[in-house]
Amino acid sequence: MNPPADKTAGSPGKMPGSTDSGDCETGLPLLRSWHRVYLFVFGCFVLWVVLLAMLTMFFP
Amino acid sequence: MRGAWKLFMNALDYVVLLGTILGIALFGMWRTRGRHNLDSYLRGSGESRWFVVGLSVMATQASAVTFLSTPGQGFASGLGFIQIYFGMPIALIIIAAVFLPIYRRLHVITAYEYLGRRFDAKARLLGAGIFLLQRGLGAGITIYAPAIVLSTVFGWRLDATIICSGLVVIAYTVSGGSDAVNETQKYQIGVIFAGMVAACVVLLHKLPAGLHLADALTLAGGMHKLQAVNFSTNPRERYTLWSGVLGATFLMLAYFGTDQSQVQRYISGASLRESRLGLMFNAVCKIPMQFFILSLGVLLFLFYQFEKPPVYFNQVEWKHQEERGDAGRMQAIEADFDTAHDRERLQLEAWLNARRTGDSVAETAARASVSTAHEQVEAIRAQAELAVDPTGKKKDTDYVFITFILGYLPHGIIGLLVATFFAAALSAKAAELNALGSATTVDFYRHVIKRQASDAHYLAASKWFTVFWGLVSISFALSATLAENLIQAVNIVGSIFYPVMLGLFMVGFFLRHIGGTAVFWGALATQVLVIALYFRLNISYLWYNLIGCAACVLFSSILQVVLGLADRITPPPSKS
Repeated sequence: MNPPADKTAGSPGKMPGSTDSGDCETGLPLLRSWHRVYLFVFGCFVLWVVLLAMLTMFFP
Repeated sequence: MRGAWKLFMNALDYVVLLGTILGIALFGMWRTRGRHNLDSYLRGSGESRWFVVGLSVMATQASAVTFLSTPGQGFASGLGFIQIYFGMPIALIIIAAVFLPIYRRLHVITAYEYLGRRFDAKARLLGAGIFLLQRGLGAGITIYAPAIVLSTVFGWRLDATIICSGLVVIAYTVSGGSDAVNETQKYQIGVIFAGMVAACVVLLHKLPAGLHLADALTLAGGMHKLQAVNFSTNPRERYTLWSGVLGATFLMLAYFGTDQSQVQRYISGASLRESRLGLMFNAVCKIPMQFFILSLGVLLFLFYQFEKPPVYFNQVEWKHQEERGDAGRMQAIEADFDTAHDRERLQLEAWLNARRTGDSVAETAARASVSTAHEQVEAIRAQAELAVDPTGKKKDTDYVFITFILGYLPHGIIGLLVATFFAAALSAKAAELNALGSATTVDFYRHVIKRQASDAHYLAASKWFTVFWGLVSISFALSATLAENLIQAVNIVGSIFYPVMLGLFMVGFFLRHIGGTAVFWGALATQVLVIALYFRLNISYLWYNLIGCAACVLFSSILQVVLGLADRITPPPSKS
């Protein structure tokens, strides 16, 4: 027999100070949507990999 | 260098060290005064801004292991280790977009509560159980790191040091609580970075006059220390671009997305925005930060080409071996090393001179001579390691950076570095123990053993569980002393247990049709598979994260189909 579905998971309450409404706004200049933020972060990552690859190739 | 490898701290260093450690402990106790309920003890105030969330996530991951062991990794193997962090930005983007909104919407205390709601009680217990097992073991390594400092500084035995520092951490965690520790992390990491920058400045200052950046890069590159990206597709090579981007992404997904010690940090943000930005801060900063720390190791390597290092950095162990009656053999090794190092330095100078005069023929010849001389130096180091530890399991590279700090930094700064570095270890350890105590209390004790009790009872239970996990981690630390390089050992332990944990969550998030029974047995089968693969296959441990997660998803899907068919075949029970 399967155990009953968990209905008592930590009896969580709302976190103090939690204001998840309005979280669509990033509040960042130029990066107004989360998609743009993620693209920016991914772009930084690609840039680092390229720079490190160049370091590897120039100083073998 | 202070004479004859006498590494010491003076009175000023001790004042700074003890003042900082006690100051942090008192600050933590002061911050947590009046907090006597379970929720604030486990979850904190939930008012953190993105910068605090970001630094807290960073400090929890970094700790003393990063500070101690990574420069040693750079010293020994160059920049290649940075590839393990290639998966981190990708993983953090996925967590910010998918995992985090779900955790916040459900307002969970532990990540494993999500499994209970999505599947059933046994999936929750399995997730929490895997976390407790692997983090309990990993926490032992966190104790091991500061123990290295103490054993080197005071000349104590490493095992005695592990036990003493572990007991201090337990006492601090239980009395101070994690909220105060979290609050102090932002100051600690600032001081740590200041210390590392100071170490970098001193290192640059100590390099030979006239050694330009181009020369340094050429020397480091010529000695294979700048191989930051490895394009090899050989799965046996530990750190490659592919194992970093594919395997490490799953390792980071598991660590940041499902490990309670991290989840506890970012769900405490004041809003979803603050938590997300805290994660993105880490996604942007982590690779440059690790590059800096590994570069310190490369700089140390260059420095020790011109300044004679000890043949074996762990001088405490070296002296112990001499006292055991091997003095003649050890002195012979030291004499051979001195000769080989002098030869290597002369060849390096010849190489640099040839570079400066533009004599490409002489430069090629000198470079080949340096390579030969360096191989001889490394061969003598290997002899030294074998003389100290015939099993070949001890990693001397963990002692490289601390030897430099104690040998070359001015007094006062040494005390501050050792103190902050120690404090970081203690705070990371305290956060881990608190997460272990939280998961044991919330996911096991309150959920399974004692469902109806007062907050005060659960708070006391949480503290006792923290003590219990502290003792478990001390026991593991005592056996981990013979393991790999510290920073790698942490990730290897994680890569055995994390894939299954991540598989549970991935099925929960993305495969809505799979139920608790299928995922439970699928996860157990996967854990057995990963452990078997670890002992059977000789591939980079990073690949286990991808293989294990994929296997968990596959096994769960197959089991769900089988269970669905079985339900259709089995006739419904007759009504009485």
